[in-house]
Amino acid sequence: MRLPEGGRIDRSAPLTFTVDGVTRTGYRGDTVASALLADGVVQVGASAYRHRPRGIVDAGVAEPNALLQVGPEPMRPATTVELTDGLVARTLSGRGRLLEPNDERYDHKHVHCDVLVVGAGPAGLAAALEAGRTGARVILADEQTEPGGSALSTPDRWPWLAEVLAGLSGFAETRVLSRASVFGYYDHNYLTIAQRHAGPIGAGGRLWHVRAGRVVLATGAHERPLVFAGNDRPGVMLASAVRTYLNRYAVRLGTRAVVCTTNDSAYATALDLLASGVDVLVADARQDCALAGAVRAAGGDVRFGTVVVGTEGEAAVTAALLGAPVGGGPVELFHCDLVAVSGGWNPAVHLHSQAGGTLRHDEAISAFVPDRSRQANASAGSANGELDPNLPLWTIPSPGGWDDHFVDLQRDATVADVLRATDAGLRSAEHVKRFTTIGTAHDQGKTAGVTTLGVIAEALGAGPPGPTTYRPPYTPVPFAMLAGRDRGALHDPARVTSIHDWHVARGAEFENVGQWKRPWYYPRPGEDMTTAVLRECAAARTGVGMQDASTLGKIEIVGLDAAEFLNRMYTNAFKKLAVGAARYGLMCKADGMVFDDGVVLRLAEDRFLATTTTGNAAAVLDWFEEWLQTEWPDLRVRLTSVTEQWATIAVVGPKSRAVVEKLAPVDLSFMTFTDTTLANGIPARIARISFSGELAFEINVATWHGLAVWEAVHGTGEEFGITPYGTETMHVLRAEKGYPIVGQDTDGTVTPIDLGMEWIVSKRKAFVGSRSLRRPDTARPDRKQLVGLLPVDPSDLLPEGAQLVTADSSLEPPVPMLGHVTSSYHSAALGRTFALALVRSGRDRLGQVLHAPLAGKTIAATVVEPVFYDPEGTRRDG
Amino acid sequence: MTADLRRSPLAGRSDVREIPFLTMINVRTTDETVLGVPVPAPNRFATVGERAVLWLGPDEYLVVAPDGDDVAELTGESAESLVDVSANRTTIELSGPHARDVLGKGMSIDLHPRAFGPGHCAQTLLARAQVILRQVDDRPTYHVLVRGSFAPYLADWLVDASKEL
Repeated sequence: MRLPEGGRIDRSAPLTFTVDGVTRTGYRGDTVASALLADGVVQVGASAYRHRPRGIVDAGVAEPNALLQVGPEPMRPATTVELTDGLVARTLSGRGRLLEPNDERYDHKHVHCDVLVVGAGPAGLAAALEAGRTGARVILADEQTEPGGSALSTPDRWPWLAEVLAGLSGFAETRVLSRASVFGYYDHNYLTIAQRHAGPIGAGGRLWHVRAGRVVLATGAHERPLVFAGNDRPGVMLASAVRTYLNRYAVRLGTRAVVCTTNDSAYATALDLLASGVDVLVADARQDCALAGAVRAAGGDVRFGTVVVGTEGEAAVTAALLGAPVGGGPVELFHCDLVAVSGGWNPAVHLHSQAGGTLRHDEAISAFVPDRSRQANASAGSANGELDPNLPLWTIPSPGGWDDHFVDLQRDATVADVLRATDAGLRSAEHVKRFTTIGTAHDQGKTAGVTTLGVIAEALGAGPPGPTTYRPPYTPVPFAMLAGRDRGALHDPARVTSIHDWHVARGAEFENVGQWKRPWYYPRPGEDMTTAVLRECAAARTGVGMQDASTLGKIEIVGLDAAEFLNRMYTNAFKKLAVGAARYGLMCKADGMVFDDGVVLRLAEDRFLATTTTGNAAAVLDWFEEWLQTEWPDLRVRLTSVTEQWATIAVVGPKSRAVVEKLAPVDLSFMTFTDTTLANGIPARIARISFSGELAFEINVATWHGLAVWEAVHGTGEEFGITPYGTETMHVLRAEKGYPIVGQDTDGTVTPIDLGMEWIVSKRKAFVGSRSLRRPDTARPDRKQLVGLLPVDPSDLLPEGAQLVTADSSLEPPVPMLGHVTSSYHSAALGRTFALALVRSGRDRLGQVLHAPLAGKTIAATVVEPVFYDPEGTRRDG
Repeated sequence: MTADLRRSPLAGRSDVREIPFLTMINVRTTDETVLGVPVPAPNRFATVGERAVLWLGPDEYLVVAPDGDDVAELTGESAESLVDVSANRTTIELSGPHARDVLGKGMSIDLHPRAFGPGHCAQTLLARAQVILRQVDDRPTYHVLVRGSFAPYLADWLVDASKEL
């Protein structure tokens, strides 16, 4: 029940909320848990596996039972959900699921500080005050709605608290974050904080990325429960939580209480309960305590050498059974409606451990405390083990066995489960954890972990085993918060060319190439992709087409040794390339496998422009730099990425010369280029390069001129029926000529010779990969080689990726595979379908019919030379 | 005359401030006299009138100058490599007391005045785009140099990041 006065709630701000369909009232400053308890509700969802009635146990993040579905989010402890007006929640039985997309607005923020103080309890506040006073950049982060930590449950300290907070607010460089859980501690003092904004459910929050000079871990301690029969009955609560509800929320949880303890800390609970009018019996497992006199003076009773050995009741506790800690003696029934327990305290060493720090067992408090730090941090206060001495009491026997002595409430795991694990021969805490699932639930064993270690130690008759490893997150973090603003349109950058808006306006369909959006094809009304591509291909073969090729990677290579450098990187020769000329180049990795290809222009004696494939632009630059910086630092060569300096427009087809001549009077032979000025005054570099076998030009202009020149080419070409085409048509045109696409027709296991490109592999010079190409393996006659395929039925389209077998192959597994289809298209020029494939000993199979067995049908195709169109190359010059 | 035909990556957007068409020259040199200005320290830039020389690496600098500036005399001839990259990137300006807060949402380097001030520059990621950042005054005003293809994404990201502090 709610007391008429006291607490830190704002009685002038009543709030209405609904849990499990029942609408109730609380106050600002409440959690859902405190408001439920104030309304007399202690019982929450039944346990997940054994369906036992369960109640609220804690007042903070260690709560194992009171899990809520709130808005889209499952698994939020009622003890950590701030009460807001109109809040609607549902209790869960141990498990929940995300019911709808979490569309709350979460963002991320990076900050640096000199000192990060984790936890705003008395120790953290003192540390922040000291650090802040020096003018250092300080962040004080605390998971609760207001700073104070344990002081919030101790009214005597509220004046001190107010004074400290006033002091902190005077420091310009000190920032206090509330509702902010430091959940991860990574290398280089990099920590992450999950902060929820104040306000109603759906208010969102922020993920802070903090780089701290030093870290103070003032994370406090978690109270341990006691393990007796029926210790999971609603009404059995942690003693510190009972005190928190009483003092901070003005909620009195019973009228007749047993306070069962192994240390002094629970006496404060007993005294505060007595002061609020509750009858109290303290059952102290020890033989003496200096605070007993105060309890008796306040009207309470204290019995030493006594503990709770069992409970009675249905939905809530109605009586405690009192007996000796070792069991076997007489048992007394004591009627009560509250059992407040304290089995000692575990310093919250999670972050210290996450940071790589070691732990040691402290006998005096029977808990693990920080030992050595691996990073620039220090633990302070109870997190550092500054706690009352404790009598370790891991289990309290009773005649009925161990099956109702709960260790992990959320996993419904009992002492009997731990004993089954140790009886099966498991000794390591990690193994017992996996056998019993203790510590693996939502609360990650905050109340169960150390207790389980004690139970294992007792079972094995050994000292306490080392603690299990602590990993992030300290408390659960919504995935939506981790995603932050990286969702929807901002999920990944969409890179666009300077001509993108035109493509969009013309209804282009786009293809993702890396992060680039490239026009795939430009369907006209009523056209499907096949029809559109056939039309675009026909235009390029018989008239003129144009393509935005701006995404090609471009690298400027400058320096006295630039030609020598390229000569070493490409399989073919570059030293004698004339200024003003262009050359197609192929490059391998050191293993002799094809890595990338492109055209290189020689701009001056000491200056080249190399193009790369769109997807490999960054990789090729890295590859070049790696060789320059690590192998050949003596070469006077410098590389600059100019991918985005230049917009590139390909003009392709027998009528391309007519279009280009109208823009600039150039007379270029194949594989040459010139710098010129277009009719509209724009400087341009025009090259005669063909990736289609047709007469073709590439117009390169500064990116900011890309759209203007594209529109000029399109306008000029209108009278010739110029047709914009996309990547699909480009792929078909090059495949008709047997030009491979690196990454589509190759996969990192294909040599230039496998592609039938011996002509481009110099025998007279060394280049990256040349030695590997002399290995016997790369000369094997049964390697997979690039060949063409013509389906026997010219309307059959082979699926790319289809496996190929001999015509007489049995289809009973294992089926000997010969290779697979790498590219496959309808061809307007051929009037039929065709494909490229990598086939074992492919060139020895010319004329053979191979089969592609597919689901429901088999396509037969004849192996042919991979050049399907104009093998003589007569169309190149128009 | 050709200026009329230029179009910057963020042309037509009123929600971000773009400074288009700045002259940018990538200079590679180990000769500290080449630039005609005292060579800036690592991750700093030096200014000469309206021109800035940004340190990008031990032998790499970026000269940034107004649109149309002829930087030939500044950069001299003895550099190992000079490459015009004016159209490679555009510039977005962020200015005002909350500029730091907005950048901090997507940039992990320390922008606090004690760590980063006027005359500082950095090459880093802003959200998911590689950028060159420089602080030009202590209002503070920042220039974010971003490759054109990433500019629409980055502008969208900045507008979104500016919606709340």
